Formats: sequence, structure tokens, C-alpha cells
Amino acid sequence: MSDLTRMSAADLSKLITAKQVSAVEVATAHLDRIAAVDDRVHAFLHVDREGALEAAAAVDRGEITGPLAGVPIAVKDVVTTKGIPTTAASKILEGWKPPYDATIVERLKKAGMPILGKTNMDEFAMGSSTEYSAYGPTNNPWDLGRIPGGSGGGSAAAIAAYEAPLAIGTDTGGSIRQPGAVTGTVGAKPTYGGTSRYGLIAFSSSLDTPGPCARTVEDTALLHAVIAGHDPRDSTSINQAVPDVVRAAQIGKNGDLSGVKLGVVKEFTGDGSEPGVSAAFKESLEALVKLGAEVVEVSCPHFQYALPAYYLIAPSECSSNLARFDGVRYGLREGDDGNRSLEEVMSLTREAGFGPEVKRRIIIGTYALSSGYYDAYYGQAQKVRTLITRDFQSAFEKVDVLVSPTTPFVAFPFGSRTSDPYQMYLADLFTIPTNLYGGPAISVPCGLSEGLPVGFQIMAPTMADDRMYRVAAALESAVGTLTPPAL
Amino acid sequence: MAAISREEVAHLARLSRLAVTEEELDRFAGQLDVILQSVARVGEVAAEEIPPTSHSVPLTNVYRDDVPTPSLTQDEALSGAPDAYEGRFRVPRILDEED
Repeated sequence: MSDLTRMSAADLSKLITAKQVSAVEVATAHLDRIAAVDDRVHAFLHVDREGALEAAAAVDRGEITGPLAGVPIAVKDVVTTKGIPTTAASKILEGWKPPYDATIVERLKKAGMPILGKTNMDEFAMGSSTEYSAYGPTNNPWDLGRIPGGSGGGSAAAIAAYEAPLAIGTDTGGSIRQPGAVTGTVGAKPTYGGTSRYGLIAFSSSLDTPGPCARTVEDTALLHAVIAGHDPRDSTSINQAVPDVVRAAQIGKNGDLSGVKLGVVKEFTGDGSEPGVSAAFKESLEALVKLGAEVVEVSCPHFQYALPAYYLIAPSECSSNLARFDGVRYGLREGDDGNRSLEEVMSLTREAGFGPEVKRRIIIGTYALSSGYYDAYYGQAQKVRTLITRDFQSAFEKVDVLVSPTTPFVAFPFGSRTSDPYQMYLADLFTIPTNLYGGPAISVPCGLSEGLPVGFQIMAPTMADDRMYRVAAALESAVGTLTPPAL
Repeated sequence: MAAISREEVAHLARLSRLAVTEEELDRFAGQLDVILQSVARVGEVAAEEIPPTSHSVPLTNVYRDDVPTPSLTQDEALSGAPDAYEGRFRVPRILDEED
């Protein structure tokens, strides 16, 4: 038997279904791997060995069957898991055990997928490197001195380090795709409303989208199919059939893209990307042309304003959403000495519980929403959001999908972008437009630059998630997957 | 010219219920100024006639059937509270002595 931790979720599922290997053996192999390497990677904030083995045993007893039954998974720590610590990588929620499961976690459990543990991230999903985690950063398995991307760096690193075959991430401005790109793994942001936000600790409610992370496009699609679909507990959940992403990934694997039009966004081709990233992107584009795709240049003139618009909209929503951390119903309470007032205790609690990036965003959001500034900042950003949406709509009249590098630069060394927060924001330059529009997008490994992974992004129209999976699987069949150096 | 002053940052922190330190104010004022100058670029777009988008899914008033379902018990709802008393969340005093 080959190493179970190196296998795809699809292959593990086949072996478990055929009873050639037990779900408990699969879970154990991954838990042992975590025990062996996670002191170096630090992808996990909490490991639930007992719970994972129990869930695996239920599959072995035949209580649950299904396409991914017995395949273990890691879950980003911003998603609530009943009775399992959930902190969003913040001190303000240290030790909190949610009394309920997120809808997507319910679906994982119903599918018989053992949850290995909770993965590290930037605090409240605000960041691009995990350096804003209150519990220390995650290290990129490709180079332990470099960032694994963010905010979902823990989920991506866990997969890249073979600690889990699958993981759940959340994507507000690129938090699934950028970590996927810099760790050489696949990450998909579904259509907004295609996956439920119920049980997601809210950062920016009009943008937050949970989605799948894996090492192959097919595995990503299999997980997507498990978690997607309407949820009456999320009022923005789309009540339509989920696009058949699994079939689309299978079709794409055949490597035929005849008749598929790929749009290259003119405004993304200038400066901004490292030379090695541009080169890997261009080579991948040529590979797709060899598979029959046609490349068309399209103009999206308002994409250049996506980053500024996002960094007004997201902090505005965050400043409102994070008001719930008031030291009353859950989490930390600081300075309650019997003399201080509620307001003083609240201010001391939030001061002690939030890290610097969260505070910066709360302050920016409060500013952008204040009277006198509202129209110039938040209101104007919402209008720009309309124009960006129109850019997408008019582009999709000419092409089937849009393509770009996922992020302008490969994994950077720790500490190189923390002193100037705006330099960190640039990591999301190419991923943010999709979030403002609400469509789906996926990042697929497309080669190396100076020995580090580069990601290729495919963006599709709203509720056409299947389209991006077809192109993603075709690209993977042409350029192959990436294997990090041994830890 | 700076987009935001140290005094404004201090005021916004108070509004946000963040008891920031003097050292943080020094650091944040400069950083927030860089961020605000960058995001102010949205003002370059001529958008007077453009309707705002608050949300990518155009939905209003999503209803569900009014069917009672089990919810959290009182104990579960209070399980994460920093302080609870007789089945309720206990909070520090809300009014000043002289109020």
C-alpha cells in the first residue's frame, strides 16, 4: 500500500468503498502525519483526533456511505464546529466552543467526512499571509521561511504538507485562491450564495464565500459538490440547482477545449506581476491554446478601482460585523473589576482581544461609514462595484471565462509586507474583482518561479462554476500538479 | 496633506470601542493615512448616475415558512458567556453612579 497521505481524495474514496482500506486507517495516517510535521508547518490551531477517529469508525461500520465518506478534511477556524474550539485565530475567541455547527460542517458530517481539526488563518480572515494570526503564522511547506498566503494559509498548507487531502476555506477577497497559488494547491471560490454562510464568523457579509481546497481539480470539485446548495438559514443563499462541477472536471480532464474562449484582462497584463509569474502564466495560456482554446483580449476598465473599492466595502462591513465582540455573550472579557462601566469593559476587551490589522480595519470602516464621509467613500465604492460588475457582464458576452495570474507575486518571506499594510493588500489585486461581482473563480497551479509555485486564475459568470472547473481540469492535464520538497 | 489626523484616529477608536494605546495611535495614524490616500482613488471614477451595489445577489425579503424547530437551550446559549447569572448574561454596570 502506498502512503495514504499522498493519495487524492478520489482515490482514497475508491479504496474505502472497496474496503481495501478502512476509514480509520486513512484518518490515522493523516493524524500521524500532522503529529510528525505540524510543529514545523503550524497549519492547525486545534486537532480533534478523537472526533476524527470516531467519525471514521462510523463509516467503517457502514453507517454512512457516499462519494467522500471516510475521506478526512481540515476546516478553517472561522467556521463553527459544535464543541470544537473555534477562534477565527483571534484572542477574543480563545477557548470558545460553539454550541452549533455551520451548515457546511453539517454537510461534511452527513457525507461521513472525518474532521481532523481547525486550520490557522489571519485573524478574522483579514490578511494575505497568516502573519496576522494571534497564534503565530503558518509556514509554507515549499519554504518554511515564507508565507503560505492568507487568510486561509493553514488550510492550503495542510493540504500541501499532506496533513489532509481536503480542506475548507473562505474567500472574501482571495483568501482561498491566493493561499492555493502560493502553496501549489487548488482552491475554488464558488459563486457568492452558492455555498451557505450560516456558521461562518462574519467578516464582510456581502463578500464572504466558503469553498473547497484540494491538491487536484477533481478533488476540489468533489468537495464543492458536498458543501454547495441552497440553505434556508442563509438569506443570501441561491435557491437553484448546483452546477455539475464534478462532471465538468471530468470533461475537462480529457484536455479538449475546442470552442472555449478565454478572456485575458488587458488591465491585468501590464506591470504589477513579478516576471516569473507573468512567464508561467503565459506558458500556461499557450498550453491551453494547444488544447483548442481561443484567447481574446478584453478590457475591464474599472478593475483598477477594485482594490480601493474593496478596501472601503470590506472594512465598512467588518466594523459593523465585529461589533458583536463586546465581551457579553462569548469570548474574552477584560477589566471587569466591579467598578468599571460596561462601555469601559467593552473598550478594554476589544483592545486586548483584537490584533493590529483587525483594529485598523474597524477604524477605517468606522471612518468610511461616518456622516460626511459616507458618500465619498462607502457610497462611491458601492457605485464602483456596480461598474466592475458591468465590466464582467460585458466581458462574458465575448468570452466564456476570464483568466489571469492568481496573485502578482510568489510566496514572500515573513515580515516583508507587514510594516506597510497596503503592500499586503496588493496580494489580492487579481482576486478581488470577482468577489465584488459575486462570480466563481478558481486557482490552479501552473508552474514555478524561482522554485516557488505560481497560480493560474479562471473566473466564470455567476452560477457557471462548472465552466471554470472544465478549464481548470484541462490546464491541470496539460501542466500537471506540483509536489513540494520533502519536509 | 494627511487624509486623517492622529486626533481623528483617536476619535474613531473611541467610537469603535477600542481603548488603543498612545503607541498604537502613533503607528496607526501613519498607516491609516497611507491606506486612506490609496482607497480615495475610487473618487476618480465618474459615477454620479450609477446605482450602488450593496450585494451581488439581488434579493429582497426572503421568507420561510413559520414552522417551529428546535433551537439552542438556555444552557447552550450561555455556554460561551464570560459571566452568567440565573440563566442570563451578566454585564458590568450600564449607568453611572449619579445617573
